[in-house]
Amino acid sequence: MMDLNFTAEHDAFRQEVRAWLAANVPAEPLKTYDTAEGFQQHREWEAKMNEGRWGMVTWPSELGGRDADLIQWLIFEEEYFRAKAPSRVNQNGIFLLGPTLMEYGTDEQKAEILPKMADGTEVWAQGWSEPGAGSDMAAVRAKAELSDCGDYYIVNGQKTWSTRAVWADQCFGMFRTDPESKRHKGLTFILVPLDLEGITVNPIPQLDGLPGFAEIFFDNVKVPVNRRLGDEGQGWEVAMATAGFERGLMLRSPARFQQTAKRLVELYKENQASADRDPAIRDAVVKAYMAAESYCLTTFETACRLIKGGKIGAESSTNKIFWSELDQTMHEVAMDILAARAELEPFAPQAKGVGSWLDGFLFAQSGPIYAGTNEIQRNIIAERMLGMPRK
Amino acid sequence: MDFTFNEDQLLFQEGVRDFLTNEVTPEKIRELWETDSGRSPALWGQLTELGLTGLTVPEAFGGMGMNELDFVLLAQECGYVALPEPLVQTVLVAVPTLVNSSNEDLKAKWLPQVAEGAATIAVGLEQNLLVEDAHIADLLLMEKNGNLYAVEQADVTLEYNQSVDPSRKLYQVSFDESRAMVVAEGDEAQALVNGALNRGALGCAAQALGLTQRMIDISVQYTSERTQFGVAIGTFQAVKHRMANVAVPLEYAKATVAQAAYAIANNVSSVDKNVSHAKSMACAASLLGAKNSIQVHGAMGYTWEVNLHIYMKRAWALDKTWGDQAFHKGRVAEAIFADDALLGAGNTFVR
Repeated sequence: MMDLNFTAEHDAFRQEVRAWLAANVPAEPLKTYDTAEGFQQHREWEAKMNEGRWGMVTWPSELGGRDADLIQWLIFEEEYFRAKAPSRVNQNGIFLLGPTLMEYGTDEQKAEILPKMADGTEVWAQGWSEPGAGSDMAAVRAKAELSDCGDYYIVNGQKTWSTRAVWADQCFGMFRTDPESKRHKGLTFILVPLDLEGITVNPIPQLDGLPGFAEIFFDNVKVPVNRRLGDEGQGWEVAMATAGFERGLMLRSPARFQQTAKRLVELYKENQASADRDPAIRDAVVKAYMAAESYCLTTFETACRLIKGGKIGAESSTNKIFWSELDQTMHEVAMDILAARAELEPFAPQAKGVGSWLDGFLFAQSGPIYAGTNEIQRNIIAERMLGMPRK
Repeated sequence: MDFTFNEDQLLFQEGVRDFLTNEVTPEKIRELWETDSGRSPALWGQLTELGLTGLTVPEAFGGMGMNELDFVLLAQECGYVALPEPLVQTVLVAVPTLVNSSNEDLKAKWLPQVAEGAATIAVGLEQNLLVEDAHIADLLLMEKNGNLYAVEQADVTLEYNQSVDPSRKLYQVSFDESRAMVVAEGDEAQALVNGALNRGALGCAAQALGLTQRMIDISVQYTSERTQFGVAIGTFQAVKHRMANVAVPLEYAKATVAQAAYAIANNVSSVDKNVSHAKSMACAASLLGAKNSIQVHGAMGYTWEVNLHIYMKRAWALDKTWGDQAFHKGRVAEAIFADDALLGAGNTFVR
């Protein structure tokens, strides 16, 4: 029977999360993790979360998690965003590599990697993209050659646009182990410590001028063979699992967008006199609020279906488009409301708090690009969900 | 928290879908366009046999005693085939309005007849300009001057207004309230009227989901077969993206419709907001579905010959009836701009 109420257990879980966050969320916002100081602050926050066993609520309890189901995870996220807790510096590890390791990792790999991921000792960057391989991940050229002794891979090539790689400790990515191979065959998933000899990390300033990205060069880097995840040549399958259902559902929880929608409503109300000069603004605020709620409803519905043993289908490709374009729209509307103040950076004297909207606006520009551009997602929807013909 | 339909509801949906797609074909719809009433007593008989006309009639009056949540998936299927018969209006709007009233005489007289397929009831609200299917309704529930009246067919005067959708039969209804039965007055009447409006809007939203899916299906099939420049036009990215752009809002409207149905069936306090949210999103998706579908059909889409227009026209009509976008977005705005509004994460399911 459909029942859109939380159970008593869910309510108790929410109270527990809320209480812990109230007692522990830093009073002052942390500096951005795209600075050295901010990165260290965020590591410390991850360690604190881990101590409270709130770092990875969906992980098994023996790994420091809480065996949380998807509804509890959504509740946790709701409380996390409501509490304005710091963004997660290790989200690549937590939401992408973590679940993949659980599925494909050896016991040794899990024991070695997961605890350090959980307490922020090791922060992970992703090494997906290359200059010639963005959304087309099968075009990967960086290669890994097994040494004669079979103890290590010799890695050569380049990765780029690697988020948080400037200060990260580790990166995961796909490398071509069969030099004769084409496209998605002959790829292997390898975990590379970024302090190995032969690695050069060059920061790439993003739109905000901070080094949120980096390019990584590999020059005869020796990576121990036990850092391979899955079998040789199985890289595509492992990577698809990483990019699969966990990512479709867990990459961006609804709470983030609901909080932005709430702030947008407040911004509109505070500035209504000037905002209403353009009647389209009020309409856009209402539509943004409805869209954020729809994203929440749809995610809860999907979570319930999965808990009952259902599968997430090709329709999950609609997620990425929906939230990324909603995020962009909401920030565009905010810019319209703020009018002449919209261009102010947070530290500008007259910004008085509106600068965070500019930060959000800049970041929103990346949403339709990362994790597979929205054009690629639309092709996937048309071909795999709707059944339109391929070339 | 269980945001899923149960096995019985899904199986019922499947059965009704099979029946409707077999029986309510585009050819059948076009045949009915040529008839005087535009309605098929034979089809109504079949719907009755499936138990659909009595679905929301309480068991005490010979029905199945089910609720809006049980019907919403079926309303979606009615949309998928652009069903001409007044099933959604009868089951989702008229019957619960009567059931929720305190007029026991009316219930005893009419509900059993509806359950056995012998009578239909139309509903006319001041929010709606015209009354759907007043010409075949045995009883009309009419809002007038703040009251709700029950009028029998013999006591009304009808003026037909042709819709862009030839299946829709719309009437201006006049009646003399001194010869009609008062169903409810004052606050009770307004509660019944608001309930009817919400269920009517839910019916439109649910049908809009089905219509959008139908237009996608028709367009996918057409663009897979139609070739230009030596290839199927569905291989072009520009064409693919038009259809993907319909699939996305359709996907995100579905849960809003389920929530609205739940809110009505369970008297959730946010029901007005939930229903308006659903209608606005679902109908917006169907309007985009219509626009993009006609575009990918090229000139064929602008013809009477291709079946696409059957579904497009229904989508256009449903967006404007039982409250248009301005009305529904206005209700959402009122709720979210209120001083005491509970917004943001964690408040979606607060009752």
